[in-house]
Amino acid sequence: MDAVIILQAGVATGTVLLFATLGGIFSERAGVMQLGIEGMMLLGAMAAFSVTVATGNPWLGLLVAMLAAGLLSQIHAFITITLGADQVVSGLSLTFVGTGIALVFGEQLSKAGVISLIPRYTVPFLSQIPFIGTIFFTDHSVLVYLGYLLVPLASYYIYHTRPGMHLRAVGEQPSAADSLGINVYRTRYIYVFICGLFSGLAGGTISLAISPGWFSELTTSGQGWIAVGLIIFSQWDPTRALVGAYAFGALRRLVLDIQGPTILFGMRNPFYYNPYWGFFLMMLPYAFTIIVLVIGSYSAMRRRLGAPAALGIPYIRGERGV
Amino acid sequence: MTNNSDQPTEMQADTVVSMQGIVKQFPGVLANDRVTFTLKRGEIHALLGENGAGKSTLMNILTGLYKPDNGMITVQGKRVVFSSPNQAIAHGIGMVHQHFMLVPTQTVTENILLGLNEPRFRLNLSKYNAIVKDLGERMGLPIDPTAHIWQLSVGEQQRVELLKILYRGAEVLILDEPTAVLAPQEIEAFFCTLRKMTSQGKSIIFISHKLNEVLQIADRVTVMRRGRVTAEGVNPTGLSIKDLAKLMVGREITFDVTKEDVTPGEVVLSIEDLVCENDKGLPALRGVNMNIRHGEIVGLAGVAGNGQRELAEVITGLRKSTRGKITIHDRDVTHTDPRNHIRHGISHIPEDRHHTGTAPNLSLTDNVIMKSYTHAPISKGWTINQVAADRYATDLRSAYNILSPTIKTPVRLLSGGNLQRVILAREISTQPALMVAMQPTRGLDVGAIEGVQKLLLLQREAGAGILLVSEELDELLALSDRIYVIFEGRIVGEVMDKDIDRIGFLMCGTSPDKNEAMGEKND
Repeated sequence: MDAVIILQAGVATGTVLLFATLGGIFSERAGVMQLGIEGMMLLGAMAAFSVTVATGNPWLGLLVAMLAAGLLSQIHAFITITLGADQVVSGLSLTFVGTGIALVFGEQLSKAGVISLIPRYTVPFLSQIPFIGTIFFTDHSVLVYLGYLLVPLASYYIYHTRPGMHLRAVGEQPSAADSLGINVYRTRYIYVFICGLFSGLAGGTISLAISPGWFSELTTSGQGWIAVGLIIFSQWDPTRALVGAYAFGALRRLVLDIQGPTILFGMRNPFYYNPYWGFFLMMLPYAFTIIVLVIGSYSAMRRRLGAPAALGIPYIRGERGV
Repeated sequence: MTNNSDQPTEMQADTVVSMQGIVKQFPGVLANDRVTFTLKRGEIHALLGENGAGKSTLMNILTGLYKPDNGMITVQGKRVVFSSPNQAIAHGIGMVHQHFMLVPTQTVTENILLGLNEPRFRLNLSKYNAIVKDLGERMGLPIDPTAHIWQLSVGEQQRVELLKILYRGAEVLILDEPTAVLAPQEIEAFFCTLRKMTSQGKSIIFISHKLNEVLQIADRVTVMRRGRVTAEGVNPTGLSIKDLAKLMVGREITFDVTKEDVTPGEVVLSIEDLVCENDKGLPALRGVNMNIRHGEIVGLAGVAGNGQRELAEVITGLRKSTRGKITIHDRDVTHTDPRNHIRHGISHIPEDRHHTGTAPNLSLTDNVIMKSYTHAPISKGWTINQVAADRYATDLRSAYNILSPTIKTPVRLLSGGNLQRVILAREISTQPALMVAMQPTRGLDVGAIEGVQKLLLLQREAGAGILLVSEELDELLALSDRIYVIFEGRIVGEVMDKDIDRIGFLMCGTSPDKNEAMGEKND
């Protein structure tokens, strides 16, 4: 068990969570709750893998994954924004639909064999820094580095640009935004689509880079749900999302590694002698997600966490809301 | 008075906005019936009328929200047809709504820049902060551009709304009930600001139903009643409040509230050292002491957001207190549920009629039986005796003069005044020992206000103790036997002699008389 290796793997696996969480942050900042991330991710993972099998080009696979999930997200957008239906119900259904489509089209994919993946890269010089260099800049998929870039960009966009300001206004006080000529409906459609793109990217990142292959619903194995928890944990802030995503990535790796040694902290390692204990460890991220979701659905707590005030509330012009 | 606008012989060129023969038909209502309205440069023109008189419709037509069925609008002499508020603002017409349209989590500057094409992408807030600060100082609306809206007082938020439309180049400012949220001293300052703006060539349409303010500030007055103009652009000098009220309502209104002499009885409610938090988890009440006796109306004065709502909610059991004690008739009801409070004879007229006060989609019957369904005759074992419930509702409807097509009508279809009568009917019919009335007349028209006030006074004579929370000082003074003033969650004074100046000072957190023990005086 080596802490540096666990953290390095954590950054890699955490990238998947990071993409999905960033997408969710955009959508929820605009006021549309996203419980469909898991479904969109699985669809993205399937599409990415399948296109790469057919064409041999993983970049094309990634692009198709993003578009497929983006397309799927527009169902959610139509149901919640145009029809004004409940965002929780629609989001859950989206996960079912996405999972269903992915499983049907992915039926034969697990026998596909070896495919070309998104390339890996070690950054010269930076990788020489002790610990940090190994954890963040050594032998990572190019997508991991994309994650480093996207966080400051997203942060800058949300807090320091005009469209970002409009995004926040639409999620906080849509009636105010509407009264100043900001098209609330269009804005929400756009950011739900962006959430779809990010979810597809997250899915593609799994099947083409982090844990390559297609293993039916185990490909994502509920990471979309962890992302939903991370959106709340991050308080809708990209930088906090980065911290949370990498921490959870590391936790996933720790669960595997902790079962290796016979002695742990000078004691008999219970995880080695009794493998069932490991399952409880694996449960941890999901248990955390449930706890965060419970806390996050308690309205007073939500306000304190800084949830967008109009999150989950369909906007209908002329009705004084929020 | 600053400038030219008092002269009756104005030149046509000075007309900024002219609306001729405006007709707007809604399903079942003729909201505007051949309305004519003109606004001159640099004047404050009051638009007066009861709720539903058609003022809002007329202004919504002027700001491009509605399209008129007929009629002509000219702005600066040019004929215009607006199909969106953005077009109206492009012609220099901007409106400040009664309910502010601000994003609480964003800064002043961000709120002002929302929806504009400049800046294109990068916000560069420091540059625009300077511009906003400068504009504010020029217009007499000083503001910290980097403050977040949620940190601002209501008066400051109003300044942001004004700056928002001024920044967009508005020459015509439509203000919908702008003084409703201000303390008396703030109103004075606000009127000065308006004068300053008109002296710089801005023209103001001042929508109101507060007659004394209209007389104080307006250069001209247009009065509407039931979609028609009953007085067009008259000079208010020489008019009295009674004259205006008659034009507005169409009949004589008595403004003198006649109060019977009632000797207050024993204490019904007493509160000791009450502390609670608001929705954000910040302290809302910081040690409130008060008592209310049978047969008296106790007013609670204060600028909105100083803990009034939280106090009312704690007394009615809707909010948990973190410290202190509430007793009703010497029985401790602290930390019990609302039902227990109701059982002890507390009734509640909430601020929000549409969500807290009623269930909007339920019928009149369902709304009035919400407290009495638990016992006979309406309760029949596990079921509701619908016949008894209907009879109960029919009785209340006629007793309280509720105008609704049937008792099955969903209450969301009722007007504000009728909705308030539904709530009063339900709350009074339980014969309460204590009534907590939050803003019972807010947003109602003159006729409806009269009715509600009479009902409250009747309850006082019947021996109920009443806590009246209102931001209308005139109303508090007219109805209350004594008045507590609340500021930042503390009772900062008790006023027995209706000294309006003293109340005003206390409301702003300044003590007019330092020697007086504040907050501790109990009767």
